Amino acid sequence: MAETVPSHGHEEAGHHEEGWVRKYLFSTDHKIIAMQYMFTGLFMGLIGGFFAYVFRMQLAFPGIEVPLFGVVSPNEYNALITNHGAIMIFWVAMPVLLAAFGNYLIPLMLGCDDMVFPRLNRLSYQVFLLSVVVLLISFFVPGGGFAGAWTMYPPLSSIGAYSLTPLGSTLFVLAVALEFVAFLMGGINFVTTAMNSRAPGMKMYDIPIVVWMIVIASILFMASVGPLIAGAIMLLFDQNLGTAFFDPQRGGDPVLWQHLFWFFGHPEVYVVLLPTLGIVAEIITVFARKKLFAYRTILYTVFATGVLSFTVWAHHQFVAGIDPRMAHVFTVTTLLISIPIAEMMFVYIATLYGGSITLNTPMLWALAFIAEFLIGGVTGIFLGASGEDIYMHDTYFVLAHFHYTFFPITIIGFYAGISYWFPKMFGRMMNDRLGKIHFWGTIIPFNLIFIPLFVLGLAGQHRRIYDFTNYPDLAAYQPVRVLATSALLVMLGFQVVFLYNFIASLIRGEKAPKNPWQANTLEWTADSPPPHGNWKELPTVYRGPYEYSVPGRKSDYWPQNEPA
Amino acid sequence: MLERLPSMIDGLVPAASTYARDIDGLFTLIFVSVGIWFVASQVIFFWLIFRFRKREGVPAQYIAGEQKSEKKWITYPHLAVLVFDVVIVVAAVRVWYDVKQALPEPQQTVRVIGQQWAWTFVHPGPDRILDTPDDIAKVNELHLEVDTLYHYKLESKDVLHSFSVPVFRLKQDAIPGRVITGWFTPTRTGEWDIQCAEICGIGHGLMGARIHIETPAQHAAWIQQQTGQSPTPIVAAARPQAREE
Amino acid sequence: MSARPIATTRETAGMPTGRLAVWWLIASEIVIFGGLLASYIMHRLAHDAWSEQAAHTSMPIGAFNTFVLLTSSYFAVLGHKAAEEGDGPRAARMLWLTFAGGAIFLLVKSYEWTMEISHGFTITASTFWSFYYTAAGLHASHVIAGIIVIAIVARSAAKNVDLHRVELVGIYWHFVDIVWIFLFPLLYIAK
Ligand code: HEA
Ligand code: HEA
Ligand code: CUA
Ligand SMILES: [Cu+2]
Repeated sequence: MAETVPSHGHEEAGHHEEGWVRKYLFSTDHKIIAMQYMFTGLFMGLIGGFFAYVFRMQLAFPGIEVPLFGVVSPNEYNALITNHGAIMIFWVAMPVLLAAFGNYLIPLMLGCDDMVFPRLNRLSYQVFLLSVVVLLISFFVPGGGFAGAWTMYPPLSSIGAYSLTPLGSTLFVLAVALEFVAFLMGGINFVTTAMNSRAPGMKMYDIPIVVWMIVIASILFMASVGPLIAGAIMLLFDQNLGTAFFDPQRGGDPVLWQHLFWFFGHPEVYVVLLPTLGIVAEIITVFARKKLFAYRTILYTVFATGVLSFTVWAHHQFVAGIDPRMAHVFTVTTLLISIPIAEMMFVYIATLYGGSITLNTPMLWALAFIAEFLIGGVTGIFLGASGEDIYMHDTYFVLAHFHYTFFPITIIGFYAGISYWFPKMFGRMMNDRLGKIHFWGTIIPFNLIFIPLFVLGLAGQHRRIYDFTNYPDLAAYQPVRVLATSALLVMLGFQVVFLYNFIASLIRGEKAPKNPWQANTLEWTADSPPPHGNWKELPTVYRGPYEYSVPGRKSDYWPQNEPA
Repeated sequence: MLERLPSMIDGLVPAASTYARDIDGLFTLIFVSVGIWFVASQVIFFWLIFRFRKREGVPAQYIAGEQKSEKKWITYPHLAVLVFDVVIVVAAVRVWYDVKQALPEPQQTVRVIGQQWAWTFVHPGPDRILDTPDDIAKVNELHLEVDTLYHYKLESKDVLHSFSVPVFRLKQDAIPGRVITGWFTPTRTGEWDIQCAEICGIGHGLMGARIHIETPAQHAAWIQQQTGQSPTPIVAAARPQAREE
Repeated sequence: MSARPIATTRETAGMPTGRLAVWWLIASEIVIFGGLLASYIMHRLAHDAWSEQAAHTSMPIGAFNTFVLLTSSYFAVLGHKAAEEGDGPRAARMLWLTFAGGAIFLLVKSYEWTMEISHGFTITASTFWSFYYTAAGLHASHVIAGIIVIAIVARSAAKNVDLHRVELVGIYWHFVDIVWIFLFPLLYIAK
């Protein structure tokens, strides 16, 4: 708990040699914790990606023995998609985008030596790691892992006799709840640090957008997750103590869970969206050498999005048996949310105007995010329109919609961020040519996977079905499924390029200077990589983060810490 | 109105209910509305990347975007998006009202029961009245008469299921402990898929059924074959549907 | 480098870091309890029959516990005052009294629950009782956590160490108290 932060707990780094275990596993340094989150997240990403490979193979070639896995049984299929979804959101997107970049960037960009509560920070990671372990164990218990979709709708999730995975269900809910606790602790740390520990001279509007985004995302998370934590407790009691909160046969209400889940679930999608929007803002300003267009407007749109995001949740439940009159309200709020997000997109596009754009790897990823996310965004409008969602709900159209948001956010966002901050994090440059090969090898197949899935969705293909050849009307579309799966295989193949580039650059990449991109923000004034404590003398801030190409100056950038 | 817009879905799944064409038209409307914006954004976006690519000796401009004259490039489009939103909302709400909120008087009523992992369809028998001894209960087969306004009473015996008929563009979750009433009017004869659209356990993927939409003569023959009695014509039997729930 | 990161000692927002963090902690707890109580209220409004169930709760015991918690909060305030004046030992004594309040609350609660369970009102008796035990239990777990932290802070305060933490546990304790003020009428009184 926050108030128990000890006064002398902070481990010293400067004075004595530390053991490897102490330094890397039990460190309280925000940078090490960021790495722990990142590598754990990537490890989980490999699992989530592997699951996607297995079930996409099953969909394209029903009943085959999938290499590295074997034949996929119906229950295994359900467990694979359930855990794929949950892992990608809770154990990849959140740790990588929010926790890893948040931990790494917040102290460095705000010019302080660490988070305000380093030990709470470490605890947050440890609880997160525990949640990973619980989730991994759940795959191997009798009955198998939870298979009731990442949304965990009761009574399927609450009654073992229905799901046939009683233990798996419990461990799954427990893992998710633990993950929430970890991010609550992390969130308190992020928000307090950003509010209280900025460098002298750094005013509200001098904070880099990515820090704003991560902090607002943390607040959104804290404000929305509470009811679901309460819901998780109720669900755990239903599973294990025999209560009937969600059991209609004994006086409960299953739809209550849906409200609790989506009240969190929709803000959650913006929780993962915002950090990536922040990363993209940093990258496009640096590589367009441009001041960010309308900094304050971006903040207003983020606030508006945040507030509105609490009012739209039932658009996931249009056909779930809610009062039909409520649908009108949620259609209006859902469509309204397109306005701040559209505005944000327009601002980013406007930032390019008058720039001097270099298309290197980080910039390619950042621009690709904008181009691809727009597809995900506009397809959300079809679903938000209540009348249309009657047909679209639970089809692959929804699936393609949210992969067109999540993939850009999680995968593209991660690649953008890592290729941009790699020199700072590891002190070496990544290979730009390999980076570009990896970029095209990922982006093109990505579209070839999910554009076909939109079409299948329009054709009425529903989600979470392990073999469509059982459906006479859908069997004819098998070639489309094969196309999507083939594109996935190509994409997975190209990830090897990244892995190679990453490792090779770590070992023998060109040594990175302090500020390879000639950027303004404070992290680039620290050594690459920054030592424990980040700076010998903490910086002071004199201006905003986006003063690029200021007329009358010789150099086209103007670091925040350079006295006027 | 909406049903007169061209359909982009028809080619993939036929439209076989009175409101199916409305939903297809709504899709087209939204497609065009957001499509305009989408294409415009992408074109401007790629043009900017090309136009302002790095060139020797051409420095970037310094634009803060805080002045009104600059911000209007954002403000006007975003007001325009609002107008598009209003159009979409109005159309969507009308379709929704028609399909889910308004409940026209039925000529026939069927009961749809979901359970792990099959659908049971209870058809009114020869007397054309549901919940009488001559009802015809079929597993995974729904037989309907074309151009007849049906009510469905949707129930579940165990977990959540979802009754989805793509050719009708209709979908409704079934909730244990509740009876949910909705309606449809088949407009086209043929045989198509019914799917379960809510994960319901191991057999969810197998919880498909078939819908058979028949002409009055075919339907009467089916009832005859099932029960050995020939049914009364529907119009005469439309009224005495009072015994509900 | 100092023992604590410099970040922790900064006060850009004009409030000590610890206090700021406690407020955020409380904010995130409010939504947890808020979600639970909102679910409860929705159910309650939909089921008139619940008032019969609620009639089996013991108003006097609930009222007594309310009184105990309020009193303990008062000691927390006195402790804070003593800490402000730099009187660590007195602050510690006040905190131990707060601790005692929390402990009495828990004792009474366990007596109450034992009685109820022995009358057959277990957590599975009906959805009302499920909510009753879940909400009160979640609150009780906060009381337990609270008194543990209070004990830790009291021990260091007695040695005049880290007196600012007396205020922090105080704020947290008031929050635990206020949650009960909501639970009491909802679970016991609204019959
Ligand atoms: C980070 C991920 C993310 C993001 C950002 C979004 C963004 C949006 N989502 Fe999405 N959504 C998901 C992730 C996400 N979603 C997931 C995971 C699900 C499924 C969960 C499950 O069931 O498993 C889902 C499901 C989902 C549904 C439920 C579908 C169903 O199950 O029936 C709906 C319905 O309203 C919806 C709507 C929207 C809308 C309106 C937006 C908006 O925020 C989009 C706004 C953006 C734009 C509109 C683009 C920019 C604007 C313009 C270019 C201007 C032109 C626009 C107009 C004229 C309107 N989403
Ligand atoms: C962030 C969210 C996210 C991401 C990134 C993905 C990525 C992918 N998803 Fe998934 N998906 C979901 C979230 C996500 N998904 C959710 C929430 C569901 C719903 C679950 C449910 O119904 O309950 C779902 C369901 C889902 C289905 C539906 C199954 C069904 O309903 O029957 C399908 C089917 O094709 C699918 C496919 C894919 C594919 C091919 C990818 C590919 O893009 C995968 C590519 C993966 C990689 C490229 C590996 C990851 C790489 C890294 C993390 C970084 C690299 C690291 C190193 C190299 C070290 N997903
Ligand atoms: Cu029944 Cu899925
Ligand atoms: Cu949503």
